[in-house]
Amino acid sequence: MSLHELLTPFQFEFFVNGLIVATLSGALCGLVGVYVVLKGMSYIGHGLSHAIFGGFAASALLGVNFFLGAGAWGFAAAMMINGVTRRRSIGSDAAIGVITTASFAIGVALIKRYGSGGKNPDSLLFGQILGVSDADVWLLAAVTVAAALMVFFLYRPLLFSTFDPEVADVSGVATARVDALLTLVLAASILATMTVLGVTLVAATLVIPAVVARMLTDSFGRMLIMATVIGALCGFVGMNLSYHLDIPSGPMIVLTGSALFAAVFAATGRRGLRRAGDLAHVA
Amino acid sequence: MTHLVRLDRVTCRYGSEPVLVNVDLTVSRGEFVGVVGPSGSGKTTLLRTLMGALPPLVGAVHRKPGVSVSYVPQTETVNWNFPVTVGECVLMARRGRTLPWPSRAERAEVGNILERLGIGSLERRHIRQLSGGQQQRVFIARALLRQPQLLLMDEPTAGVDVKTRHEILHLLDELNEDGLAIVLTTHDLNGVAAHLPQLVCLNREVIAAGKPGEVLTPEVLELTYGAPMDVLEHAGMPLVVDRYEPTNVVPLPRREFGAGGSA
Repeated sequence: MSLHELLTPFQFEFFVNGLIVATLSGALCGLVGVYVVLKGMSYIGHGLSHAIFGGFAASALLGVNFFLGAGAWGFAAAMMINGVTRRRSIGSDAAIGVITTASFAIGVALIKRYGSGGKNPDSLLFGQILGVSDADVWLLAAVTVAAALMVFFLYRPLLFSTFDPEVADVSGVATARVDALLTLVLAASILATMTVLGVTLVAATLVIPAVVARMLTDSFGRMLIMATVIGALCGFVGMNLSYHLDIPSGPMIVLTGSALFAAVFAATGRRGLRRAGDLAHVA
Repeated sequence: MTHLVRLDRVTCRYGSEPVLVNVDLTVSRGEFVGVVGPSGSGKTTLLRTLMGALPPLVGAVHRKPGVSVSYVPQTETVNWNFPVTVGECVLMARRGRTLPWPSRAERAEVGNILERLGIGSLERRHIRQLSGGQQQRVFIARALLRQPQLLLMDEPTAGVDVKTRHEILHLLDELNEDGLAIVLTTHDLNGVAAHLPQLVCLNREVIAAGKPGEVLTPEVLELTYGAPMDVLEHAGMPLVVDRYEPTNVVPLPRREFGAGGSA
């Protein structure tokens, strides 16, 4: 393939917009994914993306703005999961399974009964990066900036409560508030990226960059930076491959991440395996 | 003597199960107290109550205004594969500054504490790449960064060899001599408890409290552990030995293996 062919899609505005969105989505999911993976919340990420689908259907039915409706629905589901998990009244995996699957089922039932209000549910399930609207881009940019600011200004409380919540609590870290904020940012990240990546693929973009970064470093600070860069890189490369191979962007971004995971896994051998050993539950 | 924390008739429960009952305990400046008792006797709960993580159901916890308490968890509860270096782990406890990176002064303070604890050269190592004694020192360093007046430690010598145990006890003695009050829990009656200035024998309630020579008696130990023990004297210190007699033990139901049975 010549350089000219590689650069050809850059003359199309829709591609450049899609590339920006894919790269930003990858970076955002990579950054937030570090906490998701280290706190063992990957199932929450997977579940929330499904739960928000219920919000999409409800907002279509009520004629409410998608971001507001699905956003409120996602935040409510996130807080419910967070509350149940902290109280430990039932297992968090069971709570997530019930709340998010029921929410997804409500979404499917509402769409089948009342339609999707002109929105294409398939694009929400599997992502539609080339049809992103300006609102999608602005929402994604805003959430990315908010997540970056949260990580920057709450670096120590977030790290402490992720590593050792009980000691963090008695050391003056408001762990309940930190957890709630992290869950809200996770829900916002899923909401902002699901139109791009799809309900079914968001979880992979949260998990893969963090796991790859963990295989490459033993330092938390470096893991945060690496996961963000790896996520952005997967978005950028995956989007380009999507154009040239004529495969939808969401699956291509995930496949790029998976290929990188396999390459790093092969290159780091036992060391990478040992580092990522505690993350086995997220695979 | 100044009281740092005082428990006044404290009762704590997890659900409907009482874990601590009517516990009175005072920890003063410069004290070094060991808490012994069987598994499930409420030792960790007592530490959690002292540090304020668990409000009592009945009774009151009186804390000296402004008292700084640090906690060193059991090493068994730590996720040793978490991606943090020694330096990052200690810096978690820093106060005030909101930026992700530490100030020069904070970095110097961490360096000084690590040097004092004899692990100054390990700041960039991952926490998994340390010996048991070094791992314990990392968490002591993190606790010391908050300049506590009271240090609470949950089984600091569990799972370490004799040499490491001696090193940890020596280090704690030094910190105590500098005025730091320490409360630790232990299952090791001879290796740790007998060497401490003060002991509390706990089994949901305080069975006895005082110097090791006063509380390590067969009567107190049987009340605490529910098993008979003898106490000898060795080099002027109490030495606790099991008094195992088959007649003292309720036998478990015997299961037959062999002909016709399946394992």
